[in-house]
Amino acid sequence: MHYRFEKDMSACGLTGFINRDRKRVDGEAIMSSICNMDERSNGQGGGFAAYGIYPEHKDDYAFHMLYTDIDAKEITEKYLDRHFLIIEDGELPTRKTAGIVDPPVIWRYFLNVDEEVLHMNACDEEDYVVEAVMYINAEIPGAFVMSSGKNMGAFKAVGFPGAVGRFYKLDEYKAWTWIAHGRFPTNTPGWWGGAHPFTLLDWSIVHNGEISSYGINKRYLEMFGYKATLMTDTEVTAYLFDMLLRRHKLSIEVATMAIAAPFWSQIDHLPDGERKALTALRQVYGSGLLNGPFAFILGHKDGMVGINDRIKLRPLVAAEQGNTLYVANEEAAIREIASPDRVWMPTAGEPVIANLKPEKDSIKEKTSCIKV
Amino acid sequence: MHKSLIKAEFQVQRDDYKCIRCRVCERQCSFEVHSYDADADRMFEDEMKCVGCQRCVEYCPTRALTIQPHPSTIRPHGNWPYRAVKDICKQAETGGMLLSSTGDELGHRIYWDHLVLNASQVTNPSIDPLREPMELRTFIGRKPDQVDVRLVNGKPVLKTELPPQLTLETPMMFGAMSYGAISYNVCQSLARAATASGTMYNTGEGGLHRDFYQYGPNTIVQCASGRFGVHREYLNAGAAVEIKVGQGAKPGIGGHVPGEKVDKEISITRMIPVGTDALSPAPHHDIYSIEDLRQLIYALKEAVEYKKPVGVKIAAVHNAAAIASGIVRAGADFVTLDGLRGGTGAAPTRTRDSVGMPIELALAAVDQRLREEGIRNNASLIVAGGFRNSTDVVKAIALGADAVYIGTAALISLGCTVCQKCYTGKCPWGITTQDPYLTKRVNPEIGTQRLTNLLRAWSLEIKEILGGMGINAIESLRGNRLHLRAIGLNERELDVLGVMHAGE
Repeated sequence: MHYRFEKDMSACGLTGFINRDRKRVDGEAIMSSICNMDERSNGQGGGFAAYGIYPEHKDDYAFHMLYTDIDAKEITEKYLDRHFLIIEDGELPTRKTAGIVDPPVIWRYFLNVDEEVLHMNACDEEDYVVEAVMYINAEIPGAFVMSSGKNMGAFKAVGFPGAVGRFYKLDEYKAWTWIAHGRFPTNTPGWWGGAHPFTLLDWSIVHNGEISSYGINKRYLEMFGYKATLMTDTEVTAYLFDMLLRRHKLSIEVATMAIAAPFWSQIDHLPDGERKALTALRQVYGSGLLNGPFAFILGHKDGMVGINDRIKLRPLVAAEQGNTLYVANEEAAIREIASPDRVWMPTAGEPVIANLKPEKDSIKEKTSCIKV
Repeated sequence: MHKSLIKAEFQVQRDDYKCIRCRVCERQCSFEVHSYDADADRMFEDEMKCVGCQRCVEYCPTRALTIQPHPSTIRPHGNWPYRAVKDICKQAETGGMLLSSTGDELGHRIYWDHLVLNASQVTNPSIDPLREPMELRTFIGRKPDQVDVRLVNGKPVLKTELPPQLTLETPMMFGAMSYGAISYNVCQSLARAATASGTMYNTGEGGLHRDFYQYGPNTIVQCASGRFGVHREYLNAGAAVEIKVGQGAKPGIGGHVPGEKVDKEISITRMIPVGTDALSPAPHHDIYSIEDLRQLIYALKEAVEYKKPVGVKIAAVHNAAAIASGIVRAGADFVTLDGLRGGTGAAPTRTRDSVGMPIELALAAVDQRLREEGIRNNASLIVAGGFRNSTDVVKAIALGADAVYIGTAALISLGCTVCQKCYTGKCPWGITTQDPYLTKRVNPEIGTQRLTNLLRAWSLEIKEILGGMGINAIESLRGNRLHLRAIGLNERELDVLGVMHAGE
């Protein structure tokens, strides 16, 4: 298929915000913010990710699926049925919208994993889900997993981001983290799956730029079982975070030190302990260093991160209003929807990190664990 | 015995009008081509002895000399070029194996010349290395798959101890050339240049002269089948140990330094009597299989108390990928691959020209195989075998190498003209000889400077190319085959190299 290109090359616009108190808002604000940067996209793709949208299904994996035809849907459903407990499924709500043409079949499933199956396969639940996502994307023609996390979802299409948001009725969802993307691809025709965000489990990533190290990042991740089926640098970034944060248990701060590593000229002058740590990170994760111009926003179940490449070749602005943190390519996109108390420019490679306050019941669970 | 049927390969032309009878040519030529007849006040030349090294041409003060391929030739024939005829005559006259030096000269396909590099335009900016940092620092050694770094009071703290690593400021090292094959002055030049450039040189299999222990932090010591000069202190003198199993120029056979080259200093360094041939056995007689190699790797690791990386060098042979995988699993911290075009001081010509394969193919296959097995991080990959310039190096890194060894190129920077007579011990440029009259022709001060210049120049070029690609750290190029495209290769070759054709 002609969209199986080797590498995504695109300019783009991105924006996102998070309310640390888990106060949820509908999709109007994020749509206004991204529409302010329509200049940065060309109608070849727009997309959103939202966290906290399925409180009634918060323990189920929400699979947002795109199918180019009914056959793909049938094959995929057989596969899902064999490997998961399907709690609920149905069409993902959409409305007819000008500018969104020829939509595929869009379906939503709430899935659970049978403990028994995990036990038999002796594998981690999340690895099990990752494997399923990789399988569907790589092996079932015409099927594409748009998102697969818990209490979150991705919504993407070919079109300007505003139209994409209307199409998916984002005004009817409420989320504490919203991120959005408008695409300006230079080498690929629009394809629904190719729009941002790219997701895996509850990681979602929107990206502006081009990763010149893509060739090695991809081969590096393949060694650890990741299949870069979409052949795009953004997808690779999502997998890289999955590996560093979930599998290797690095903190977000440390992971960003690996993927947007400081220069040796900086590292060499640090005190011994820091120098050793940063040197080891570069030695071990050198093939995961993301090189080339980028700004991206990473959403996940506990928060949001915005970061630039190591020499800041793409714009990225951060702002705060109360307990909401905003990150966008342009300040105007933030001012469109907020009157921030503080606006700043993160420097090259410096992450902007916001973490959600723990949920009340999750605190309870933790306490009881410690007592036992 | 009748007259030799071998023709002179080079013609020596002397402009008698310019010649001032200073006899420099006579003194410079270690092959005794030139002679002076005082009665006739005339210079004579024996063209049969000329190897085409150009030493006399360089030193003739009046530029009276020209050395060129001899115009006299046999009738051209597709299957019987003069090279083939000459070899037969030589063997008919001597009954011996043909010997030569340097790497393959048959001209097997040089894949570097069929690969082109990428650069940034519009969608990502190229980076100007004169204005932005451009990092070439490279580490050689085993890397764990993951590392535990935690933030303590906002500062990163390392919780995992990494295996020993070599730090190189540029991904190029001087390849293995032994003291014995090359002179004391050349060894010293290499050691000092490696130190000045923040990289390594390799002792080869001839031990380490006491005088050079001071350059230990920039030295890789070799342990070959002859075990010449190998002892505990030697192993600990260097920064890393390399077990030499094979050499690209002569896979399957051991090294050979003729007794005439073994003087007192070499005798002490190699721990063999003066004047004896230093013959390395073809295999290591304690390594007949992979489990034996594992034992040697760990014996050496014990000897250096696990403080230095221990690697294994093999020649690029047909199943190099599987062998390399075994080597990594046997515990090697780095694997060195030496290709068909890799140089040598002495090798049977037939072996040199026909055994093994070009390094490009071996490198691509090994890197891919190690990745498929998920063990590429477990060892660094060093490649050698005829690197001619900085783009050869860039292409090798893009194919998957961590670093390269340069040998012949380093000697060329010291004056070598690739005349392929190293095995005679008469190197007129004073490089591959132990004759004190000749070795003093390499001044270690100047040699160090020239070698340092070479590495600096290539490093600058690598930075320029990296910047053009929009990459500012060498690790983002390593194994990044998307920055390579091929021109004029067939599908099988593209497949093995793992690169796309230009235009794709």
